[in-house]
Amino acid sequence: MMILSGDPPRSRVLTLVLVVIILALAATPFLFPGAKALNVAAKICVFAALVASYDLLLGYTGSVSFAHTMFYGIGSYAIAIALYGMGPNWAAVATGIVVGLPLAALLALAIGLFSLRVAAIFFAMITLAVASAFQVLASQLSWLTGGEDGRSFQLPELLRPGTVLISKNLFGFEINGRILTFYLVFAVSAVMILALLRVVNSPFGRVLQAIRENRFRAEALGFRTVFHLTYANCLAALVAAGAGILNALWLRYAGPDTSLSFSIMLDILLMVVIGGMGTIYGAIIGASIFILAQNYLQSLMGVASTAASEAGLPLLPGLLHPDRWLLWLGLLFIASVYFFPTGVVGRLRNPAGGKSGDSPH
Amino acid sequence: MTELAANDPLPKPKRDIAPILLPVALALLMIPLIGSTSSWLTLTAASLAMGMMIFIMASGLTLVFGLMDVLNFGHGAFIAVGAYVATLVLAPFAASIQADSLWINLAVLAPAALLSMAVSGALGLVVERVLILPVYGQHLKQILMTTGGLIVAEQTLYALWGPQIIPMPLPTSLRGSFIFGDVAIAKYRVLATLIGLAIFIAIQLVLNRSKLGLLIRAGVENREMVEALGYRIRRLFLGVFMTGSALAGLGGVMWALYREQVHASMSDDLTVLIFIVVIIGGLGSIGGCFIGAILVAMVANYGGFLVPKLALVSNILLMVAILMWRPRGLYAVTSR
Repeated sequence: MMILSGDPPRSRVLTLVLVVIILALAATPFLFPGAKALNVAAKICVFAALVASYDLLLGYTGSVSFAHTMFYGIGSYAIAIALYGMGPNWAAVATGIVVGLPLAALLALAIGLFSLRVAAIFFAMITLAVASAFQVLASQLSWLTGGEDGRSFQLPELLRPGTVLISKNLFGFEINGRILTFYLVFAVSAVMILALLRVVNSPFGRVLQAIRENRFRAEALGFRTVFHLTYANCLAALVAAGAGILNALWLRYAGPDTSLSFSIMLDILLMVVIGGMGTIYGAIIGASIFILAQNYLQSLMGVASTAASEAGLPLLPGLLHPDRWLLWLGLLFIASVYFFPTGVVGRLRNPAGGKSGDSPH
Repeated sequence: MTELAANDPLPKPKRDIAPILLPVALALLMIPLIGSTSSWLTLTAASLAMGMMIFIMASGLTLVFGLMDVLNFGHGAFIAVGAYVATLVLAPFAASIQADSLWINLAVLAPAALLSMAVSGALGLVVERVLILPVYGQHLKQILMTTGGLIVAEQTLYALWGPQIIPMPLPTSLRGSFIFGDVAIAKYRVLATLIGLAIFIAIQLVLNRSKLGLLIRAGVENREMVEALGYRIRRLFLGVFMTGSALAGLGGVMWALYREQVHASMSDDLTVLIFIVVIIGGLGSIGGCFIGAILVAMVANYGGFLVPKLALVSNILLMVAILMWRPRGLYAVTSR
């Protein structure tokens, strides 16, 4: 239990689901052949870590930030610009990490200190404004970021798909650089999630929960809430930037659509809410459900849309068009905030759907 | 209650005029920086027009927060819906829009704007009942619910109208500029400024000179007390919410005509802008919202003229500066 920081899933079904997800992710290169399955698995890993870091803010401190994709984007762009400018070597990877992580933490510190000085209710609005300004900035500074096109780059030799580490053996599997990259993503994501689990179960995490429940009371007990909230902001930003780095390494690309757009922010919100706020485990569940649905249900929508238009139904083809995927997501989002405020994890831990486990606000 | 002597003046609240002087000072400061008086006048007129349009869109948001402590992240949806609904009227009557007669143009524009306001207001009713009613008093869920509502509204617009940009030409009689010497001021900007001023004055009159306004202001101060006096503040709030939504719809039509195009993503861009405005003004304050809107527009116009590169982040810088000066916005209304 040490590795879980004394915070086990606390539900048999949940444990089983988590074990299945993690095993399936770990064995993806061998179980599910094809590039698409590996892409989906890598995306689940990256997003599980990203969503877990968002959960630290939303679920544990109860503050809504719309700037989380900004930190994700900082990580992505830092590594992409470094590898693009310095060529595919490990020094560039190190530079990207050394520049990207502190930059994200510093920006989070600035936003935290600034928006904690003003009324608490402004936090969500200020983060939204800052994030949108950053997005415009990233697309305008095209000499640095590549503008709307983003930056494609090459990975160091070891991580390239062409690099064969273990040639086809008895079982018929080949371990190449691509699979090594996948395991790098998997391992770093796992470490980050376990670290977050450690954070929320530390005394520090308890204080965050106290602040969420009643900020004045926490302050009256002698905790410096401004310090705790800012610290949590910086930690979340660091993990988000880390996830961004992994994402860029996996895609060998960083651009506005894959790392900065507002729709990613909505995806994160949805994953947190579906999985269950304030649980960390919810991030893994939410990311898995969401990304699987995004990748496999969307094509189903295309089929349904074509069928509807062939049947001559009005309006339905437009509503079912794969591009309208966000519409159904939005409806699902509202429904899950309304009916399942505790998310999948909350439901599994407390099947009666009792009011005792009511979500924070 | 102590009785006032007949000749005693009623005690008046202290007037805080520093925020009112701010845009005036900013405008005057810009005269030497811009250099040419005619460009300064044109830019100032443009700022006023843009500010009025932003004010119309943002006023509902700030009132709704002030009265009922509800933070509506989906306010931008009403703007886009208003603009799209207007195209329903304007597209079939394109010929009347092209006609070179102010009255024929207005005969089409006015019903279009009214229909937009009606539809946005009705949508406001639905949103309040469905999305906001279940989550009163819970900021976190309000933000989540209304964000979800914004996505659904935007995607529905895409599904109904398609993803392309819809052109929305200005009526012929509103094109062109009034020329005074070497100063050119676009006709539409004058109209927008007049409408914005009229709405600002109307809101101020209703809030400060009518019983309805008295109840609304009392509700902002202390909701329970107003309820205890037997007024159904829920219904009052619904009315304010629908009015705010309708105004957002009107603002959407005016903005679309200003840009001469309609697109569902306009709700995203404008949401950020009106958030900055209501934060600067102080959540819940109509006067602050008015000044905030003009300030944002001034910074956008002057900034865009002087240092175009800065225009990207000028709003954020303005917000930071104002909040450093007054952490609760220009006019802090509520004790929350």
